[in-house]
Amino acid sequence: MSLQFNNEQMSEFKRLVARYPEGKQKSALLPVLHLAQDSFGGWLPTEAMDYVASLLEIEPIEVYEVATFYSMYNLKPVGKFVFEVCQTGPCMVSGSDNIIAYIQKQLDIKPGETTKDGMFTLKLVECLGACGYAPMMQVGKIYREHLTKEKVDAIIAEYRMQVVAQN
Amino acid sequence: MGVKLLLEKANVPGIRTYDVYRREGGYATAEKALKEMSIEAIVEEVKKSGLRGRGGAGFPAGMKWSFIAKPEGVPRHLVCNADESEPGTFKDRYLMEFLPHLLIEGLLISSYALGSNDTYIYIRGEYAWVADILEEAIVEATKNGWLGKNILGNGFDCMVHVHRGAGAYICGEETALIESLEGKRGNPRIKPPFPAIQGLWMRPTVVNNVETLAAVVPIIKMGGEEYAKIGVGRSTGTKLISACGNINKPGVYEIDMTISVEDFIYSDEYCGGIAGGKKLKACIPGGSSVPILPANLLLKTAKGETRYMNYESLSDGGFATGSMMGSGGFIVLDEDQCIVKNTLTLARFYRHESCGQCSPCREGTGWMEKILQKIELGKGESSDIDLLWDIQRKIEGNTICPLGDAAAWPVAAAIRHFRDEFEWHINNRELSQTSNFGLQHYADPIHVPA
Ligand SMILES: Cc1cc2nc3c(=O)[nH]c(=O)nc-3n(C[C@H](O)[C@H](O)[C@H](O)COP(=O)(O)O)c2cc1C
Ligand code: SF4
Ligand code: FES
Repeated sequence: MSLQFNNEQMSEFKRLVARYPEGKQKSALLPVLHLAQDSFGGWLPTEAMDYVASLLEIEPIEVYEVATFYSMYNLKPVGKFVFEVCQTGPCMVSGSDNIIAYIQKQLDIKPGETTKDGMFTLKLVECLGACGYAPMMQVGKIYREHLTKEKVDAIIAEYRMQVVAQN
Repeated sequence: MGVKLLLEKANVPGIRTYDVYRREGGYATAEKALKEMSIEAIVEEVKKSGLRGRGGAGFPAGMKWSFIAKPEGVPRHLVCNADESEPGTFKDRYLMEFLPHLLIEGLLISSYALGSNDTYIYIRGEYAWVADILEEAIVEATKNGWLGKNILGNGFDCMVHVHRGAGAYICGEETALIESLEGKRGNPRIKPPFPAIQGLWMRPTVVNNVETLAAVVPIIKMGGEEYAKIGVGRSTGTKLISACGNINKPGVYEIDMTISVEDFIYSDEYCGGIAGGKKLKACIPGGSSVPILPANLLLKTAKGETRYMNYESLSDGGFATGSMMGSGGFIVLDEDQCIVKNTLTLARFYRHESCGQCSPCREGTGWMEKILQKIELGKGESSDIDLLWDIQRKIEGNTICPLGDAAAWPVAAAIRHFRDEFEWHINNRELSQTSNFGLQHYADPIHVPA
């Protein structure tokens, strides 16, 4: 098997599993899938799910049925930065429609698509618990709130710069 | 300024850290509980306080605690519900983000009272950075002897573990949450058995909301009776309200439940009035699941009495003319908002979040979204309104868990109070694509436009 946690990821795996009683290691499945997704390029290929199943000593189907249920697990490759824009009522009454349209225009993609350069994916999501700071989106671990067109431009530029700086 | 029991110290610089929290008197209440109080006495204080669950259902916390089964040799668990996914609700996030040690202190006292040696915080997966804040606070609390083995030499062991969900509103429902914590899909269980008898890993379990468990700290600190003096009737203590939508000052506010809805919306201490000098059209006062109210019924009850921000007053009039306190997610809509579109986004939300176990919920939420979409796009027919009404009625009460009801109520209330706006959309197919029904006769009876 080529997909494997490195040492650091493995010790995080052990830390997660240790939270649950003996014999209840399946309880660690959700946190471990987060770890796998973060470790293996932002999504969960079948191989990654099978690997998690073997680590937790459960059947692969037990992993698949969970991975397909929860919206945070990506079952297809995604861009380097995923813009998850909230579209639920409170954000909508605060202008999320305009922000969504603007992001589509600036990135030239539709919801669910990834830019050709593999940099950005746009996803429309439901309430993220930031309704008072709307419009908003989640990018990776962080929330970008009080979005305006100017802010969207700045955020896109910021991520582009990040990649340039890394190369 | 109203009484602040939870957020009193929220603005103290560095309160997120153990040192500052402790310096400000933090953990003194846990010390009192573990050193001076019996388990029965703690439960008794919580009962006396009249504290009602802050997660949405409002069930008395002390009573829930007294139901937990105590079979010999079987571990028990406390689970803190930090799934917070009801649209309009973001109060638990605020508490955890700014006062993580207040929650941990509440968890410690509550775990002691319930006999939970391993307590879990189930936090929605998207709150990843909040989970990090909690983990850090747990490390600090453990280092300082407030978590771990033999706490304060009392013989009680307690560890708090953070468990991240992965994006599913249904996991806020307590039995779905338990399934999810066991590493499964979030499918609610059929009750009974109730979690208090067979919950996490089939062990006796209490699930309480973040705010409920944090409120245990002031209750033990001041005594249940004193706590119960704050507020009115069966709405005791303080409540966190997350206010959003078209207001000047969205945010999280702690209120004592004697404030009127009008003051809450218009006073500068709270929402600061409607944004942009616009007029109030409607409000969903307790999270997306509770009935929407037009301005006239929001500010005054059907009997013409002032409506207050508490459990009883918000539900005065039942579903015919009232709403609910729910989770405290207060969503304000101004004169420019379209009720059809707002209802559509909520219907889409519930369709997306249905776990799919029960056909009325799985199929009904899909149908409601489709029909609302049709009306919104100017393709509605006059029979659609009755069809929507019929579908929501067939979901309500016919499902395993209350998500079905939660999906039905917003649609029912929107039609009940704004039927003419739906009719206008259907009768003005083209016009409705470029303009808006607006305020018409749903005017705020107090702040009458000049
Ligand atoms: C669909 C659904 C979603 C829920 N979401 C939450 C939630 O996010 N947070 C919460 O505390 N309670 C939520 N609840 C209520 C819980 O089932 C449970 O009543 C609550 O956690 C009990 O805690 P409390 O008594 O302290 O309020 C939800 C219920 C339903 C039916
Ligand atoms: S009511 Fe809906 S969410 Fe609840 S168990 Fe049934 S299908 Fe699942
Ligand atoms: S509605 Fe967008 S964060 Fe809640």
